[in-house]
Amino acid sequence: MSHPTFLGMPPFPEAAKEALANTQQRANLAKATATIRDKRARAVAEMPDWEHLRLAGAAVKDTVLTRLPELLEQLEERVTAAGGVVHWAADAAQANAIVADIVKAHDGREVVKVKSMATQEIELNNALAAHGIDVWETDLAELIVQLGHDLPSHILVPAIHRNRSEIRDIFVEEMGKVGRPAPDGIGDEPAALAEAARLHLREKFLRAKVAVSGGNFAIAETGTVVVLESEGNGRMCLTLPQVLVTVLGIEKLLPTWADLEVFMQLLPRSSTAERMNPYTSMWTGVTPGDGPQEFHLVLLDNGRTGTLADPTGRQALRCIRCSACLNVCPVYERTGGRAYGSAYPGPIGAILTPQLRGINQHPVDAQTASLPFASSLCGACFEVCPVRIDIPDVLVHLRAKVVEHKRGHLGTEGAVMAAMRATFTSPRRLGAAQRLGALGARVVGRRGRLRLRGPFWIRAWFGTRDLPAPPGQSFRAWWRKQHDRS
Amino acid sequence: MTARDDMLARIRAALADHPATPTVPREYHRTLPDADVVGLFAERVADYRATVRRVSPAGLPGAIAEALRGRVVVPAGLPPEWLAAADVEPLHDDPPLSVEELDRADGVVSGCAVAIALTGTIILDGGTAQGRRALTLLPDHHLCVVRADQIVGTVAEALTRLDPSRPQTWISGPSATSDIELNRVEGVHGPRNLAVLIVS
Ligand code: SF4
Repeated sequence: MSHPTFLGMPPFPEAAKEALANTQQRANLAKATATIRDKRARAVAEMPDWEHLRLAGAAVKDTVLTRLPELLEQLEERVTAAGGVVHWAADAAQANAIVADIVKAHDGREVVKVKSMATQEIELNNALAAHGIDVWETDLAELIVQLGHDLPSHILVPAIHRNRSEIRDIFVEEMGKVGRPAPDGIGDEPAALAEAARLHLREKFLRAKVAVSGGNFAIAETGTVVVLESEGNGRMCLTLPQVLVTVLGIEKLLPTWADLEVFMQLLPRSSTAERMNPYTSMWTGVTPGDGPQEFHLVLLDNGRTGTLADPTGRQALRCIRCSACLNVCPVYERTGGRAYGSAYPGPIGAILTPQLRGINQHPVDAQTASLPFASSLCGACFEVCPVRIDIPDVLVHLRAKVVEHKRGHLGTEGAVMAAMRATFTSPRRLGAAQRLGALGARVVGRRGRLRLRGPFWIRAWFGTRDLPAPPGQSFRAWWRKQHDRS
Repeated sequence: MTARDDMLARIRAALADHPATPTVPREYHRTLPDADVVGLFAERVADYRATVRRVSPAGLPGAIAEALRGRVVVPAGLPPEWLAAADVEPLHDDPPLSVEELDRADGVVSGCAVAIALTGTIILDGGTAQGRRALTLLPDHHLCVVRADQIVGTVAEALTRLDPSRPQTWISGPSATSDIELNRVEGVHGPRNLAVLIVS
């Protein structure tokens, strides 16, 4: 079974243009993000100490980053002492090879998988398919994406771009090809579709020998790994198979068990907008007679150390993948997630993906370099971020990097380039000015139309969507011109 | 150089600017002063559309009998009197039940380790009357008995009562998904029915 890939996606403005033309997707997205935005606001409003939790969350994560070497060594020691095996993977290829070797040493034919951003980032499914290993995604949305030969478009709700009748059609068409077919005459009510997924996946859960998961947190002090989920597919994967492989980004640590008191409050309310998600599994190494009897933890770098080296950009590593920033982002709401061309869409993707791909060290491809521009710098993402990542600040910082890298290549530039350079010489001032303007923009936006201030090329880029195009060259046109030249 | 040494060396190099480790401000609330934690717990569990009943110790066997039928998984250490009035076929996990047997069971009855009022959460840690994790996962109906003295106010209080070396399952309502147009559907892979009896 082969899996689609984000490789070779066009730069953001072009991919966005394509996405914007898809009216069904835009409608699905607008409805979904509005729903979850309101729900999150309510879940947060009932917590009088929310801002204190955010401050603590940011500081705990900064503690992790500044003490990363010792905390990783401590985690390794505790997991090993509890009967687990720890592997270190410098990049995607190493991580994929480690997982493939473990699977081949056991059943070798198939794995059940819990939704995980890290394994999407390294495109593990494609790598395992190349070894003839079937990967069964077990999260409902991931199942929809996988059966639809599709790419995910949201961190939490990867099939947010699909509506119920599309999902029904995918189930009817595809389930029978890989296992138990959808029930005859199935309708498109969400409950019936969920039941179809339950029946389809159950045989896979009961027979699987190996499971692959990610992890939301790993506690250095105790060696405990934590996975939050809703459906029970996580519990199935983490409990029933004999072998469990967890792929974990090195930034996912928490120093102490007690730190969970912060994150088990911040994450559910920011993510699914619930007081608590239905299920959380926590395990430490191997427990005789309960759950997998062989546990592998793969610690993944894959560009994280490069990100860590940038004093402004490293705060992106505080991210706990809640997806709150996606749901409030006016750009994401219009373009959807796939336009970002990586596993990480929305505001976090715009700052994390370029850094994971080395933008802090060297020039990057046009698609990657376009990502820091995929934002209006309105600042809504910072306000909702449970770990207070200043996404606009990092975006401005990365835009300056792009311009820096481009400088060597260019001869005479047009007015746009000159204007951009002039502004970029003071990224901080630019950020401040744009955010001030954006405050106004968001007030207007609430009344139904989004009007953005800031440098004209941002307005122009946005303007081509919902407002009459202002004079001047759009960012998209500018980018294409630069790209053709280099 | 191994991947391990290589990664650790790169991390140390990335931190060459020696960023200061911050002091973590912990001004958030770690307790719920003056709260009726039992009442709050009952309310919050019900919000997840689980069934909640408050019973007296004497009323417990009767309430259990009403909630269970058919083949019921019984974890080790479950007080025998809990099932004294129930007309069920008990399935003991000794020797361990196969996944197929668990899958065919009608329900499971368990105790818990700790419960959190603020979030309506039940925590199982494999201790007495809880069993290994698969027991409370595969049957479609989970009846969980929570004693009032097991209920704490906050997440922070619960963590201090728990032993991280034990495998844990935190349960907040029945399994659910919002993956289809963000409509909440109760019951995907875990038990579709969660019933909670609070004994006080
Ligand atoms: S950047 Fe912040 S808001 Fe966005 S996904 Fe990460 S933690 Fe959540």
